[in-house]
Amino acid sequence: MLAIIAAPAAGSIDLNRYSIFALARNALSRHENWPRAWRSPEPRRSYDVVIVGGGGHGLATAYYLAREHGIRNVAVLERGLIGLGNSGRNTTIVRSNYLWDASAHLYEHSLRLWEQLAGTLNFNVMFSQRGVLNLAHNPHDLRELARRVNANRLNGIDSEIVSTAQVKRLAPALDCDPRARYPVLGASLQRRGGTARHDALVWGYARAADAAGVDIIQNCEVTAIRQKDRRVVGVETTRGVIDASKVGVVVAGHASVLAAMAEIRLPIESHPLQALVSEPIKPVLDTVVMSNAVHVYVSQSDKGELVVGAGIDPYTSYSQRGSFPVIEATVSALVALFPSFGRLKLMRQWAGIVDVCPDASPIISKTPVRGLYFNCGWGTGGFKATPGSGHVFAHTIARDEPHPLATPFALERFTTGALVDEHGAAAVAH
Amino acid sequence: MSQPKRTDAGGRIDRLRVLRFQFDGRRYQGYCGDTLASALLANDVHLTARSFKYHRPRGILALGAEEPNALVQLEQGAYTEPNVRATQIELYDGLIAHSQNRWPALGFDLGALNDTFSPLLPAGFYYKTFMWPASMWLRYEKAIRRMAGLGRAPCLPDPDRYDRMHAHCDVLVVGAGPAGLSAALSAARSGARVILADEQTEAGGQLLWERYDIDGHPAMAWVASVMAELAAAPEVRILARTLVSGYYDHNFVVACQRFDSPRSSAHAPRQRLWKIRAREVVLATGAVERALVFPDNDRPGIMLAGAVRGYLNRFGVTAGSRVVIATVGDDGYRTALDLASAGVAIAAVLDLRVRAAGFLPQQARARGIEVLTGQRIVATGGRMRVSAVRVQPFAGGTIREIACDLVAMSGGWIPTVHLFSQARGRLRFDARAGAFVPGEAMQPVRCAGSVQAAWLLHEALAQGFAAGGAAAQACGLEPARALELPQVSEPEATAADVALAHRGERASRRKQFVDFQADVTLADVGLAAREGYDAIEHLKRYTTAGMGVDQGKMGNANVVALLADARGEAAGTIGMSTFRPPYQPVSFSAIAGMDAGELFDPVRRTPMHEWHRRHGAVFEDAGQWKRACYYPRAGETLHASVQRECLAVRRGVGMLDASTLGKIDIQGPDAAEFLERIYCNPVRSLAPGRCRYGLMLKQDGMVFDDGVIARLAETHFLLTTTTGGAARVAAWLEEWLQTEWPMLKTYCTPVTEQYAQVAVSGPHSVELLAPLCSVDIRAMPFMSVRTGYVAGIGARIFRLSFAGGLGYEIAVPADRGYELWTTLMGAGERFDIAPYGTEAMHVLRAEKGFIIVGQETDGTVSPIDLGLDRLVRSDKFFIGQRSLARPDARRADRRQLVGLLTENPHEVLAEGTQLVAAPCTLARVAAEPVPMLGYVTSSYFSPSCGRSIALALVEAGVARIGQTLHAPLATRCVKVTLTAPRFVGDSDEVLHG
Amino acid sequence: MLRIACPWCGARDETEFGYGGEAHVALPADAAQLSDAAWAEYLFMRSNPKGRHRERWVHTHGCRRWFNVVRDTTTERIFAVYLAGSPPAQLPDEPA
Repeated sequence: MLAIIAAPAAGSIDLNRYSIFALARNALSRHENWPRAWRSPEPRRSYDVVIVGGGGHGLATAYYLAREHGIRNVAVLERGLIGLGNSGRNTTIVRSNYLWDASAHLYEHSLRLWEQLAGTLNFNVMFSQRGVLNLAHNPHDLRELARRVNANRLNGIDSEIVSTAQVKRLAPALDCDPRARYPVLGASLQRRGGTARHDALVWGYARAADAAGVDIIQNCEVTAIRQKDRRVVGVETTRGVIDASKVGVVVAGHASVLAAMAEIRLPIESHPLQALVSEPIKPVLDTVVMSNAVHVYVSQSDKGELVVGAGIDPYTSYSQRGSFPVIEATVSALVALFPSFGRLKLMRQWAGIVDVCPDASPIISKTPVRGLYFNCGWGTGGFKATPGSGHVFAHTIARDEPHPLATPFALERFTTGALVDEHGAAAVAH
Repeated sequence: MSQPKRTDAGGRIDRLRVLRFQFDGRRYQGYCGDTLASALLANDVHLTARSFKYHRPRGILALGAEEPNALVQLEQGAYTEPNVRATQIELYDGLIAHSQNRWPALGFDLGALNDTFSPLLPAGFYYKTFMWPASMWLRYEKAIRRMAGLGRAPCLPDPDRYDRMHAHCDVLVVGAGPAGLSAALSAARSGARVILADEQTEAGGQLLWERYDIDGHPAMAWVASVMAELAAAPEVRILARTLVSGYYDHNFVVACQRFDSPRSSAHAPRQRLWKIRAREVVLATGAVERALVFPDNDRPGIMLAGAVRGYLNRFGVTAGSRVVIATVGDDGYRTALDLASAGVAIAAVLDLRVRAAGFLPQQARARGIEVLTGQRIVATGGRMRVSAVRVQPFAGGTIREIACDLVAMSGGWIPTVHLFSQARGRLRFDARAGAFVPGEAMQPVRCAGSVQAAWLLHEALAQGFAAGGAAAQACGLEPARALELPQVSEPEATAADVALAHRGERASRRKQFVDFQADVTLADVGLAAREGYDAIEHLKRYTTAGMGVDQGKMGNANVVALLADARGEAAGTIGMSTFRPPYQPVSFSAIAGMDAGELFDPVRRTPMHEWHRRHGAVFEDAGQWKRACYYPRAGETLHASVQRECLAVRRGVGMLDASTLGKIDIQGPDAAEFLERIYCNPVRSLAPGRCRYGLMLKQDGMVFDDGVIARLAETHFLLTTTTGGAARVAAWLEEWLQTEWPMLKTYCTPVTEQYAQVAVSGPHSVELLAPLCSVDIRAMPFMSVRTGYVAGIGARIFRLSFAGGLGYEIAVPADRGYELWTTLMGAGERFDIAPYGTEAMHVLRAEKGFIIVGQETDGTVSPIDLGLDRLVRSDKFFIGQRSLARPDARRADRRQLVGLLTENPHEVLAEGTQLVAAPCTLARVAAEPVPMLGYVTSSYFSPSCGRSIALALVEAGVARIGQTLHAPLATRCVKVTLTAPRFVGDSDEVLHG
Repeated sequence: MLRIACPWCGARDETEFGYGGEAHVALPADAAQLSDAAWAEYLFMRSNPKGRHRERWVHTHGCRRWFNVVRDTTTERIFAVYLAGSPPAQLPDEPA
């Protein structure tokens, strides 16, 4: 703990700035004088841009609108409380080792923002580049890993193939016995990948966006999207009508519902996605381990819990709860890969609603309604993309034209057939 | 080896059965019937743990599942289990447990430095620091991670067995306390199929330790009579030691039953997971006691009053010799009276209420116990064990110090509404109880007893009877014959003032714990609220309150109340955080059950598997199947073996076990019409007795599966699919047939496992087979099928070959497969027949340019991309047709299948190698993205060509044939020339014909 | 875990069934004549309602028959089960 005290400060005298010195100073006043992390303003009658959805993606969008495009008259409208949808329900994995160029560039853009994010936001998002292993269990897996790793490196993304022995060193608890039902034949490793603290991402963007002038309005549900001649003019909310000539919708789990308000149909189905944690234990797993074939992904949180992700439940649902058989399958897979985890215990399970596109890639797009933009369909993989998604979506809204990295993810691809299919050859799409 | 704190008599323990155990290396004794916690207390051991964040010394606080402190590492080696509540471990002889989260020892823990530095470590401190320099975070984090966590994971696989069981019932009753027992009884008497589940070793709930009389006898006599009646009822199943952990949709309930000791015998399971579907559920889950918030309220020796009473009455253990009781209601007086009866000195009863005039306080006073009203604890002393409390009237005035070695605190009771909430039930705030109780139910579930804040025994019994009866009636059963409620004598109690429980001392600089497990203090809650994390869900995440091992069972009620105070709102208005399963942690092994090891995913083996094994085959996984990959002879490498097998096929004869190929039998007058729509190539024109290669697309126009269509008769087809696609394709056919074209008279039957199939390939195949076949196979045209006998076995004989060249495939009933294989191997000896595996098959087919779905395709490849456009008919409807007309499918620069030849004929490119226009390597991650033109899908050394060959998908590849591209490798780059995707010329046979 | 009443076999656990997405998305009769946009509508666009959903299930580990279900996607309550090929089931409290 002495290391905390030895850590130098960021060199600012802004009293609201977070640092070890601020902590020490506030310790003297028994932490009675910390300001609110973000305001709780009343909604104004009109804004330049309204962002619907106070998750990580929405808050990041607002932050970049204010910081990079000088659009500060922005409101983020959140139906409930910020960060309690998928932003607060994911398994916090960050990586960019996607197969196809379009995805790789977008997620790598995001990863680079992650690498600076704690400093950018002055909020420790605990981005921990502990590495992400994607396991290969059969020759087919190995072939696909090689294809992806080679593509990653040519796309400027760190990625490498590691042997079973190296995997064993990185994750000693993993069963690397060649006689295992699903033997580990090797893995891909992205060292720059890892985990982050999901709540911190939300709060960090909220605090920074708020400081930049953005109004974060909680408990404000959008009930209608107002338009005139297929041009957006504002929204109706449970807290009154708010005018805006640009509305960005970023509501994971409810994209179809919001789209229906603007008579737009989306290629999306909403499914429960479950996750679980074990009781906290001393460090036993230092990297993120993902397996496509047995379908499980696991990391250990800083508190010591094993954080385990499941596959999506098969049926659509908006109820933020999943079905027990999915938990059984996931836990069986976990114990198959890590037989020594059997006597650990499931402490908590939960579910989020993920909006899944047919090609397992997101939609970042203008819509048939002018001034109305959608950012949705991140499926199981949205958390890692938060900074990049917010960044390119802010650009798309501010300029009214897609950011170059967002162009392949426009809605038109479903008509032309130019899908970005990350199902088949990519690793687990999370 | 005395047990200094054991009473002389009483309790539900067997004093004749002494059990020895060790804690932190010290030897102790307890009795059969003890928990580890009660046995430790009997030995006057309070200090059992260190807290999560500050590493403060902690003792046993509670009696059961709600215990937040006394978590131990149970057993050692492969049997070790971290974070087990000492209050829930049934003592057994030889038990070994250790304390956790301390270094070097429980009594002297360097981690306690965190407590010293705690002014710098308020809630969420880590969000505000460790940011500079960014690269240091991993180091800081490593230190943090070491400090965090509690127990240690085992290093060895779990050696025990686990079991899962499905059960169905009319009425599931959760909890075998007074309310649960009466519910089970009334439901059973109505004739309902009842399951009664309770986490304890014996039924009774609070009656195990409260001193009530029922019908004029000690309450446990009533419990015994009810249990006897239930046990005798044929439709009642009693599950003891069974913790109901999860309540899911459609009244699906999961419970975990544990058996005697953590070490199971060789064959019996250690735990069993029950998956119960109940028509009706009665929750009699009781309540847990609320702790009081005051400075240093976490010292060992500060316990819940009900727990102190429980240890005394159930286990015959006095947890202290000089006791201070702090209470906000009459309940604390029960503890005082019971302890006093056992001869324990009561230093004082501190009643936080201004008035204490009820029956119980009067009784206490009558016994000469000092009762201080309107006072609270402002400080406590004692390092490893509480030694004194300082008390002061709320009104102010003198602080008085009272020496003691046990503080029993009672802050009222919190209904255990977890399962009700998991069942989507709405909670409502009961102002009288100061707690959330079940409100509107969303599933067929009722509640009874203290879960509804019905604190009195007679209420609990009455509610139980009513709920059990109503549940049975809801199942359509007649109400039971008149049930007489048992008569209960219990003292009147005045309401507790639970609002006093959480108030704490705002001025104190000492820590006042709200959530003991997560080490969250009153100050943390205040800080979070000040910083704007003032919604319960935000506060919980910011402070980690309720996120610990006990999931807030003990602390959440006080956290909510404190937050309400901070916001200046009523406690009921700010809601409760969500209750998520499980109610109590469940071991992963129990959830996995038998789905572990080999049974995690069953292995499928072909009828000839044993032969392959005995002949040294190396297997590979193909889906669930084990397929022979190659058959190395002594000293042979993979490469040498595959080369030999390939040459045997090209020059002599080889044999492949093709049994894993998916097979689907299609019959009916409309079978041809149906398949015409399924395949992109024509089917109707196929003559009976002939075969054709078939390609299936998804609706998006991309290749889905391929195989051979054999027309056995006018209305009878047999399809083969890829090994991995068998189930997928069968489901796909059924879906279209039933949902889109139900008018088509067609039946689809998956028959993969009904047939063993052998591919006999090579120029000598005909000589080998002809003498054994009942039909003239020399007369069979390429791509044809006949039915006959091979070696006396009824068989379908196909003339086709995936290896290219002359070949036949023989399908026989699966149980004759082994016989066929060995017969053919025997007959083939004179031709030097060689078994060949999947690897040789891959080489052989690649020489001919035949694709493998899943290798040359990945869901983004159309038949046109594969150069199979000649198969795609434009004059008929088929699945995927319309999508092939979309702009993207017509792009000229789509990736297309080509062949590749390396400059160096011995260079075999790795599959997955990318192709680029200008030379580069992979040694360093590219600074700027390098455009990729395609990648290698298949790559082998071909013995027939005497060189390496590869297939690749390349942007506008067909137009580039003859050009060179570059394949970047780790440290060098390989030049490749694009060719047509066929390396071995064919005579007359074209599989795709 | 859902409990679904297969019209042929009776009530069974969800694990016996496969899910088939939105019901009544019929293959257009004139697929070849459709515009790209109309084809995309059939192929990809889904109503994905929050509330009652008419959807397809198949009793994979039973009779292998497809059928339709009306389920509320917020409560998982199942209101009706009807045969594949029948018109959309109307519930008593819904406008026809």
